[in-house]
Amino acid sequence: MNAPFFKFGYFGEETSLIVAFIIGIGFGFFLERAGFGSGRKLAAQFYFTDLTVFKVMFTAIVTAMVGLFWLSVFGIVDLSLVYVSPTYLVPQIVGGLILGVGFVIGGYCPGTSCVAASTGKYDGMMYLVGIIAGIVVFGEAFPLLKDFYSSTPMGKVTIPELVGVSYGLIVFLVILMAIGGFAGAEWVEKKFAAKAKGALQ
Amino acid sequence: MSTSSEAVEIEELEEQIVAKVEHKAQPFWNPYLAGIGLGLVLLTAFVVMGRGLGASGAFSSLVSVGMHAVAPEHTSANGFFAEYLGDGTHNPLKDWLVFEVLGVVVGGFFSGILAHRVKGSIEKGPRISSGKRLLLAFLGGGIMGFGAKLARGCTSGQALTGGAVLGVGSWAFMLAVFAGGYAAAYFVRRQWT
Repeated sequence: MNAPFFKFGYFGEETSLIVAFIIGIGFGFFLERAGFGSGRKLAAQFYFTDLTVFKVMFTAIVTAMVGLFWLSVFGIVDLSLVYVSPTYLVPQIVGGLILGVGFVIGGYCPGTSCVAASTGKYDGMMYLVGIIAGIVVFGEAFPLLKDFYSSTPMGKVTIPELVGVSYGLIVFLVILMAIGGFAGAEWVEKKFAAKAKGALQ
Repeated sequence: MSTSSEAVEIEELEEQIVAKVEHKAQPFWNPYLAGIGLGLVLLTAFVVMGRGLGASGAFSSLVSVGMHAVAPEHTSANGFFAEYLGDGTHNPLKDWLVFEVLGVVVGGFFSGILAHRVKGSIEKGPRISSGKRLLLAFLGGGIMGFGAKLARGCTSGQALTGGAVLGVGSWAFMLAVFAGGYAAAYFVRRQWT
């Protein structure tokens, strides 16, 4: 078996769109199951009262990362054919900061706002309109932003390549970090729940 | 004595009936279970397509097509929009991410219906009016849209997908998102708490 299937020509462009739709259904389904159609639940991440965003995101990252790693070890997936988006360090950090601010003000990110809108949240629908406006503004400002947008290019580089260690070692360290993070998240939630209780009494 | 306990019983029964008829919203899944589900969807995308998930890219395609319909010359001359429009031989909406995001809308709705969570409502804390909340949702969406384009992706394409393939920029981006969120949280606390 040679994977990724699409890269080995098992099916064409037209079929890939059907695959996209089906994968999207799965994506939307689990986002909604996690509670990510609720802006309050998402925003609670930033007030330490509900760290579901962190838990779901890192569980998903670890699941996909470990799966991909073992499939490549067994020679099923050719890791070099899996897309890694190129790094432009400074604009990505600045973009991330801006995006984080937008997250807590708006209550969603683009994917979760789709789920919020489709489950009837009016603020999710407004948020979608906002995204469109934001992209129009970015596009119109692009001639001015172009130089910064393309600055600090590092190519399609991964952490193991950058540090110069094996892929497996970084996978292992991310797992350890996630487990530590989950324990920390449970502790923080308990602490803040106790504090909220104390404030009520 | 007996009448008051009977009244309580009747009240409880009524509540049960109302809950059954209205189909009370079910609780969300355990976050780790939902995370594994999400991770398996992402892994499937890697194995089948050789690429991960995304969201904001679909909106870029949509915006580019919309802008092109209104002002074709102006939009084609813009380097950012032009890239999403392509060379004209291909419909820019016949795009992988556009179809994936359509799926997200359907999948979210499907899950919401099954759990009785589809309901017209506004997500907000008790201390803010609906009008203000909708305004902030629009504003937040705008900031997010701008930031996502600058970072070449959002929480789906960069943090989740790029995180799982250990991309350097994606991890830097992910830490920045949390930093930005926590830094701004204090200023909008009246919206949520």
